[in-house]
This record gives sequence, C-alpha cells and structure tokens, in this order.
Amino acid sequence: MPTPIALAELERLIAADAQLVEVLPQEEYDDGHLPGAINLPLKQLTAQSAVVLDRRRPVVVYCWDPL
Amino acid sequence: MYDYTPGKVDWLVRQLPIEGERADRPTVGSLARDDVVTCALEDRAGEVRERVARSPYPFALVVTGARRMLLGRLRASMLDCDPDLPAEAIMEPGPSTVRPHKTAASVARDLAEKQLRWAIVTTPEGELIGVAGRNDLEAAAA
Repeated sequence: MPTPIALAELERLIAADAQLVEVLPQEEYDDGHLPGAINLPLKQLTAQSAVVLDRRRPVVVYCWDPL
Repeated sequence: MYDYTPGKVDWLVRQLPIEGERADRPTVGSLARDDVVTCALEDRAGEVRERVARSPYPFALVVTGARRMLLGRLRASMLDCDPDLPAEAIMEPGPSTVRPHKTAASVARDLAEKQLRWAIVTTPEGELIGVAGRNDLEAAAA
C-alpha cells in the first residue's frame, strides 16, 4: 500500500527527485498535470507499463481528489 | 511508493504551477481581486453600508477569523435597514462560491448563464480569496 502524503511531504519528495505519476485518463492528464508528472492511467497500469519508472527514485502517484 | 491523497485538485486550488493545455489559460483565482469590503458578524449595518458605498462592489462579505472564512454576503439592498443591526441579522448565509483553479472562461460562461456579475472565490475550506468580475473574466478569456 502506498504511503499517504499531503502537500508538504510531496514538495519534499519532489525536491528529492521523486517521480510523479498521474493515474487519471490521458485527456485529464493532457488538460493539466503536476510539473514533470508522467501519465499511467489506472485502467492501463500493468507491470509492463510501470517499467518506465526508475526503481531507485521515490514514486508518488496521484488522482483527482481524495474520493 | 507514496500517494498524494489530496490529489491534483489540491495542487490546482493552491494555484501551483502546472503543465498541459490549461497551463496558459487564465484562472478565476488569478483574476480575483482582494478589495471587496469584508466585515464581521457583529459589525453594524450602517458602518458597512458606508464602506460598500465607497467600494467597487454592490455588496460586502461577512468573514471570520484570521483565515477569513466566508460566512455570508450583505447586498447593498439588504444594508438599507436599521443601521444598528448587526451583519449577522441581515446577511445572506453561505453564498455561492467558485474555486480558484476554474478557468476564467468557464466561470464567465456560468456567470453569463445565471446573469450574474461577480464570482466569489474561496478555497475548498471556505477561505476567502477575492472577487472576480464577469467583465474581467470575459476579457481574460478572449
């Protein structure tokens, strides 16, 4: 299970070169996303699609809101 | 692995930098002005009326606390009353508000559909950010 974090911790992780992953559909990602985030839509998330991630760096996933 | 549980909307309402198609679109938050008259629940209608008469807006907003949590609105027409009445007695509680990350174009459209001139901009928690005029939003969206 991912560790839940809020903005302050997110900013710390970004400063520590974390990889940001938006799991929303592509059209929502294209509309706007956090700087540097990549798009791995949840419905398409597989072991193969996740290979783009660098295992040596922290990974932060995010959706639209807490719900 | 971490989960930024407040999500993208949390980032957007804080008006933090973004990338993508909406990055260059003006938001209602960027156009909100912080010059609306604000008052406390116990402030007298007469004093608020005088301040509204000198302001660019036909209303005042009732707020509380250092974070200016929005409680209500006092339209100029409501202020034409016993000057000693407290704002709490005559305010319109819980006015409609918009979030700062909404695009100027979308808010301008909504205001036009409802024939409204002003958008009150707050955070999701209800902290007052300011007021945006439909004219300013339409000009920015053009």
